[in-house]
Amino acid sequence: MTTENHFSLFRYYLAGSRVGFQRDLQYRLAAFMVLVGFLIEPVVYLSVWTAVARTQGGSVGGFDQGQLAAYYVVWTLVRVYNTAFDPKAWEWRIREGRINVFLSQPVHMFHRDFSIFMGSKLVWTILWIPIAFVLTLIFRPAIEWHVVNVAAFAVAIWGGYGVRFLVLYVMGMINFWTTRGAAMFGIVTALELIFSGRLVPLQLLPDWAQSLAARMPFRWTFQFPIEVLIGRLEPAEVLTGLGYQFAWATGLGLLFALVWSRAVRRYEAVGN
Amino acid sequence: MNRPAGPGRLALLHVRLGIQQEMQYRANFWVQLVNSVIALGTGIVAIAIVYQHTETLAGWSPEELVTVLGVHLMVGGFLRTLVFPNMYKLMQDVEQGTLDYTLTRPADSQLLVSVREVELWSLIDVLTGAGVLVWAVLRLGDRVGIFHYLAFLVALVCGSIILYCLWIIAATLAFKVVRVDNVMQMLSGIYDAGRWPVGVYPGWLRGGLTFVVPLAFAITVPAETISGRIDWIWLLFTGLATSVAFVAARLIWLWGIRNYSGASA
Repeated sequence: MTTENHFSLFRYYLAGSRVGFQRDLQYRLAAFMVLVGFLIEPVVYLSVWTAVARTQGGSVGGFDQGQLAAYYVVWTLVRVYNTAFDPKAWEWRIREGRINVFLSQPVHMFHRDFSIFMGSKLVWTILWIPIAFVLTLIFRPAIEWHVVNVAAFAVAIWGGYGVRFLVLYVMGMINFWTTRGAAMFGIVTALELIFSGRLVPLQLLPDWAQSLAARMPFRWTFQFPIEVLIGRLEPAEVLTGLGYQFAWATGLGLLFALVWSRAVRRYEAVGN
Repeated sequence: MNRPAGPGRLALLHVRLGIQQEMQYRANFWVQLVNSVIALGTGIVAIAIVYQHTETLAGWSPEELVTVLGVHLMVGGFLRTLVFPNMYKLMQDVEQGTLDYTLTRPADSQLLVSVREVELWSLIDVLTGAGVLVWAVLRLGDRVGIFHYLAFLVALVCGSIILYCLWIIAATLAFKVVRVDNVMQMLSGIYDAGRWPVGVYPGWLRGGLTFVVPLAFAITVPAETISGRIDWIWLLFTGLATSVAFVAARLIWLWGIRNYSGASA
């Protein structure tokens, strides 16, 4: 790719992000309500684990109550950045012939979807701030702030978004072969819930489950960014984690390119 | 001329129609079965992880907590079978102006909008939940007697009615603000909090889950009843809460249709 192409793609991402930002800004009340819905899940987990910690003398799995609160407050922001193009939406796209128009465009639709979701995250982040403030007042999270951690978190949270976007995008490709992918998506979502650190910090899982989680991409999308910000990782672990994110993104990107080339060959345009 | 059908017969007719409609898509049975197994599996895994670190959670033993999961699955199955599809259809009708066709029929409009759609395969969740409950109750042994079973049935019906009322109240907001699907999505998110007994939560959340989104009555009370740990006064409160919810839902519905001006044509 030439420098000019790189520049064009950069401008394309800027434009796509602007579209996503403006779209979600328009529906900010809807986004806020979805955010409140997101909120229930971590509050439930936090309440349960705080109750467990109390029965165990104040801490569980190396997390005291303040650290649990920190984990689940940052959880809410990472959850926002983890939202990506839903594989079920691919079924609708294919059934309704909605990808026809994108197939004839010079820029791959991946860039369009990726950049629009990037832009929408800025709106969600703004909406998240008051929610985080209230959560902080209620649960009093214990976070040791370090500039290095904040900087690494800024990279890790976007890295997590990239990996998760690719996981979901690759899963979405299943819809080119079957319209009954919902069951498979359900299984992957359940695995993700358990092995990403979303349900519970991975340290609280049995050893075999922790080693299984290390072989999946989910940890790097969810728990890793959280741990970076709340300061539970050494600098070397942070760098290793970023390396894992890069490796998973590259591997999934190559897998997507391979599957996509076969998927579009199968695709027959119907509708508009 | 035939007499118009009574409310019960009318409801049954619609439900039968909905079932026949769903029977056309039998492959959905397998999709739903997998989803039910996943929901059950993640629920059990979460409980197992918790009890790896403690012996009791807010006074609940593992078997007792499994009854909460069972009730949550059963009531969730009921909501997905009958309540969610009808409320989404109602919102869609308000948005597109097609609710007029229902309102002009010579039958109670609240009844009609509540029974038009049936997602039959979601009943698998009800069966899965019932299976989980049977397993847990067998493990609990003699402490559960015939009065507990009867009271459980009453509490379960009351809980389901309360949640139906909550959802129809939320859907009725569509008459004023049209797009309330996000409110519904939010309520669905809050429903997940019912997977754990409300006693686990901090006071402010417990209050919210008792008086605003009354999962305490809808899930925790039936689970306490079937696990033999119920304080009977709570059954009385559940009956009261059901009456209040039913009257409130009825009044709000009547207010809603009085203010509905139609948007079609």
